[in-house]
Amino acid sequence: MKRNVVGAHYGLTTWIAQRATAVLMAIYTIIFLVAVLVVQPGTADAWRAIFANGFMKFVTFLFFLSLFYHAWIGIRDLWMDYVKPTSIRLSLHVLTIAVLIGYAGWASKILWSL
Amino acid sequence: MTELAIKKKQRPKNLDLKTIRLPLPGKVSILHRLSGVGLFLCLPLILALFQWSLSDGGFECVQAVVANPIGKLVLLGLIWAYLHHFCAGIRFLLLDWHIGIDLPSARKSAGLVLIVSLTLTAVIGGTLLW
Repeated sequence: MKRNVVGAHYGLTTWIAQRATAVLMAIYTIIFLVAVLVVQPGTADAWRAIFANGFMKFVTFLFFLSLFYHAWIGIRDLWMDYVKPTSIRLSLHVLTIAVLIGYAGWASKILWSL
Repeated sequence: MTELAIKKKQRPKNLDLKTIRLPLPGKVSILHRLSGVGLFLCLPLILALFQWSLSDGGFECVQAVVANPIGKLVLLGLIWAYLHHFCAGIRFLLLDWHIGIDLPSARKSAGLVLIVSLTLTAVIGGTLLW
């Protein structure tokens, strides 16, 4: 049986994940804008206080995770559309995942250093 | 068999980007992809700025970046990319729910996405950066 190692035969899960992460990010966008409007962070302390808050820290991290998962699906689609040789496409997939996992670690470090 | 292969080859196709006239929904769609790629490529910049803004003394440095005309332009571009991606994404979600899938509505909503995202960029960008 011929199998395509970089094909997406798990499309529905990915399709739902792309939309679910989008909705989570949309909700966070509203929360963030409201927080900025309410706090009016003109100083470093006020700005830091927004993300030092436990709830904001949690939802901001959730936003970042949604963003990276969402980005993975989008960029994966990009490679699948434009890069045909399997070896190059697979390498780009791995590189994309590696970079995004790194960003997730970075985001957690930023938030939990507060 | 060979006849079929030849027939297949002769099917008309036009992939010349210079002569394709993309309809408005197509333009919004390609802008959705371009804004997404742009945001993905700028992720390290966004994370670095976020980290910097929360570090000791970094908030004032980021304020200086915002005050700089080039910094302002880059950030305004990012805000537009985010908001365009946001609005076009909501349109796609509605299309998924079979809302507005007939051609006149789809054209209208595509135009609306462009207008709303530019307006929101002016309002939100103006509020955050000025």
